[in-house]
Amino acid sequence: MTASQIIFYLLSAFILGSGMLAVTSRKIFRSAIWLLFSLIGIAGLYFWLQVEFIAAIQIVVYVGGIVVLIIFSIFLTQKSGSEMPKPPKWRREFAILAVIFGFGFVWQLISHHEFKETSTTALDVNMANIGTQLLSTTEHGYILPFEVVSILLLAAMIGCIVIAMKKTEAV
Amino acid sequence: MNDIPLTHILFVSTALFFIGMYGLFTRRNMITMLMSVELILNSVNINFVAFNKYLFPEKLDGVFFSIFIVTIAAAEAAVAIAIIINLYRSHNSIDVEDAGEMKY
Repeated sequence: MTASQIIFYLLSAFILGSGMLAVTSRKIFRSAIWLLFSLIGIAGLYFWLQVEFIAAIQIVVYVGGIVVLIIFSIFLTQKSGSEMPKPPKWRREFAILAVIFGFGFVWQLISHHEFKETSTTALDVNMANIGTQLLSTTEHGYILPFEVVSILLLAAMIGCIVIAMKKTEAV
Repeated sequence: MNDIPLTHILFVSTALFFIGMYGLFTRRNMITMLMSVELILNSVNINFVAFNKYLFPEKLDGVFFSIFIVTIAAAEAAVAIAIIINLYRSHNSIDVEDAGEMKY
């Protein structure tokens, strides 16, 4: 086993273990912290895959943004020390069965499919390449989705403010 | 990187997807359900990047898709939390069972 393989298996065990704890922990704040660890592990996996840009985005947006937002909303809406009620037994059993069957089915498909690796020259995934192609207007450019996503972010921002705004007394 | 077969990475992302699915099935608290959705979106992202790196190393489309997914996930989380806080104001609870009148 090489060092790279050992790192991959350690990272995967870390991601799956903390992900598992994030969905089963009964204290909501702990569950958010486990989610944070799982997302950091995924960022490590991106570093391992040598896509440093996505890893940086993962840390900045998920770990620094979304999880902090989730923790804020936990503090605003929950008594974070108390335990959440246990899910009823039938629901847990149904969920475990559904998940195991789903996983088995998908794993069956994946393990019997032959992935053909195209052996052309690998493109270096660096900032310059990503920026040039993301903003290019040629055939394989992504400028249109980029603009659409920027409009979406603006709409989401205004929507959040409108939804969460306190209603003023009869104008 | 190349001494790990692609299927092992797919195993990790599939397992993460179904862990998120389990959370979505069992939890009834809106914030924890949102956390499960984030796990599911992340597993999809791993898939995109892994396929990009292993099968089409001469292209960047998988990387772009994961960038867009991360952006949309951020917008989705912000809107969801605004809705959750609004629901908490009117119902004093963020359990989905307590918001049953929205069904009809």
